[in-house]
Amino acid sequence: MMDFWPWLSLAGLGAFHGANPAMGWLFAVALGLHRQSARTVWLSLVPIALGHAVSIGTVLAAMVAFGAVMDLRGLQLVTAVFILGLTGYLAIYGHRHRVRVGMQAGMAGLAAWSFLMATSHGAGLMLVPAVLSLCLSDQAGVAGTTDSLSVSLAAIAVHTGAMLAVIAAIALMVFTWLGLAGLRSAWINFDRLWIAALGATGIILLVW
Amino acid sequence: MATWRPDPSFYPSPRMAAKAPKETLAYVAAFDPDRQRPDAIAVVDLDPASASYSQIVGQVDMPNVGDELHHFGWNACSSCLCPNAPHPHVERRYLVVPGLRSSRLHIIDTKPDPRKPEIVRVIEPEEVAERANYSRLHTIHCGPEGIYVNALADRDGKAPGGIFLLDHDSFDVLGQWEMDRGPQKLAYDFWWHLGHDTMITSEWGTPDTFENGLVPEVLLGSQYGRRLHFWDLHTRKHLQEIDFGEEHQLVFELRPAHDPTKAHGFVGCVISLKDLSASIWTWYREGNQWAVKKVIEIPAEPADPDLLPPLLKGFQAVPPLVTDIDLSMDDRFLYVSCWGTGDMIQYDVSDPLAPKEAGRVRIGGIVARATHPKASNGRLNGGPQMVEISRDGKRVYFTNSLYGAIDPQFYPEGLDGWMVKLDVGDNGGISFDGKFFVDWPKGHRPHQVRLEGGDCSSDSYCYS
Repeated sequence: MMDFWPWLSLAGLGAFHGANPAMGWLFAVALGLHRQSARTVWLSLVPIALGHAVSIGTVLAAMVAFGAVMDLRGLQLVTAVFILGLTGYLAIYGHRHRVRVGMQAGMAGLAAWSFLMATSHGAGLMLVPAVLSLCLSDQAGVAGTTDSLSVSLAAIAVHTGAMLAVIAAIALMVFTWLGLAGLRSAWINFDRLWIAALGATGIILLVW
Repeated sequence: MATWRPDPSFYPSPRMAAKAPKETLAYVAAFDPDRQRPDAIAVVDLDPASASYSQIVGQVDMPNVGDELHHFGWNACSSCLCPNAPHPHVERRYLVVPGLRSSRLHIIDTKPDPRKPEIVRVIEPEEVAERANYSRLHTIHCGPEGIYVNALADRDGKAPGGIFLLDHDSFDVLGQWEMDRGPQKLAYDFWWHLGHDTMITSEWGTPDTFENGLVPEVLLGSQYGRRLHFWDLHTRKHLQEIDFGEEHQLVFELRPAHDPTKAHGFVGCVISLKDLSASIWTWYREGNQWAVKKVIEIPAEPADPDLLPPLLKGFQAVPPLVTDIDLSMDDRFLYVSCWGTGDMIQYDVSDPLAPKEAGRVRIGGIVARATHPKASNGRLNGGPQMVEISRDGKRVYFTNSLYGAIDPQFYPEGLDGWMVKLDVGDNGGISFDGKFFVDWPKGHRPHQVRLEGGDCSSDSYCYS
């Protein structure tokens, strides 16, 4: 059975990350402005997307490993606990996050920064419900390792692709036409939205 | 509390900040040099349309006496929009006010009523000593890792002084900033080039060499601060030291270019031991290193010894004593306070290595005692000191007191506080606003000025 919604949610979460200035496009624009170079903007998007992909890939790999030895309900509960724990942590201490990367960060530094930002926000964890439902769409009860791996890789590709498309589009528009004045009003509190989404996902997983 | 939208006083770039609405209030640190009554933050009305223009319209007294309020700052500023340390939903509402003598930190909320700010937290010196091992708190800047506070001494009042971090929400002391301080011992001012990941610090002395006034032997022995230190802002490691040499003493106030793509800035040197002149130096990148060049020299003025304080009689001259500088948001004009001669000089620093004088006014001064159109007393003492520029560069405010124990060394008959405002011409040139003169209430002396919503020495930017 072809299930459309999990793929859409993977892409939607990617787009959400791409739109959040704190997850990368703003860094790319800042580097481009600093070096007066549109090429720098484009080049910067690569390590940002790569760092994000490695972060969610690591979490999904852990899920696949757990899935091989754990039944669905157990996996769901473990994920729910992780997500709710992270929700509580971000709600209370999220503002203290400091990923110490400078404005002169090279490509490796950008990738490391993106990896840490995605990991600390629980980007990978958020994908687990969608991936779980895809892995289980043809089976009942247990996630098969081989299928899970291919589904996970596809999930990473869809999520990262959506993110990359959105950060590229926004970075291009801001760098080329819009300028940064819009940041002052358009930069809504993505962290607060993300915490709400994380919390809702955790609760759904728990009671599902 | 976090907000949904960024604080409206944050601007991505200095260019955009220059278009901010005009300030209507100033917060001014005022201290009692006799340490008998509490120091205060006074609120001054800057709105020319207001009936109370140029008057003190509010005041918050500190809970103790003897703090010696000096350089304070905001809990959050435009650097919260930086891409590598984004915290745009923090509010700029708290003034972080340190006591230079008491080592106490006051957190003052300006939001409920900007004219009646309230103290919401006091961090006692013991907490600072316990968590950061520092004392003698001096300057505040909001930056990538929270609120940065520098301190002129360790908890025992000795070297090294340095920097510690405060959380910009909870105001908890997070600990010492430096990971590797290299040869740095003395501290005075600090600021940074966010776009170049560089922190710069300057030097004064240890408390035993300034808390009872300047010590002539230490000064003439070239033992006060004379070095700049360059650091990696993110690894917190010392990178380079530049020694200005034995001739130059008291290398003080640092003003980096606001444009984050530029890698130069200005520092004032209070006095030359050779001829009592003052100087301005530009730092800049030279290959992979930082370099400095003296770009302005302001000579001492010959004077009748009878008119001079004991400290200066033998020299028969008034030193300019450049004790503060400030750079306009467009990096075009540098304002230089000559606390000794009474001059406020405006330089066009469009070419940072070849400044040109663009304007000058004189008020107070050790010998000049120049007056102001609105002053009732025809002979003003003190001189231009802490200077602050509006974000649009059109208005400049300054006060006249330097430091409780040093004021009487140069103005022995006592120092009566005042605050004035200059209007700036479109292409430079400065003149007094004849309607703006705050005759400061006796018992307090005014020091640093902070403008509502930010000014030219409290914000830093990541975008050009």
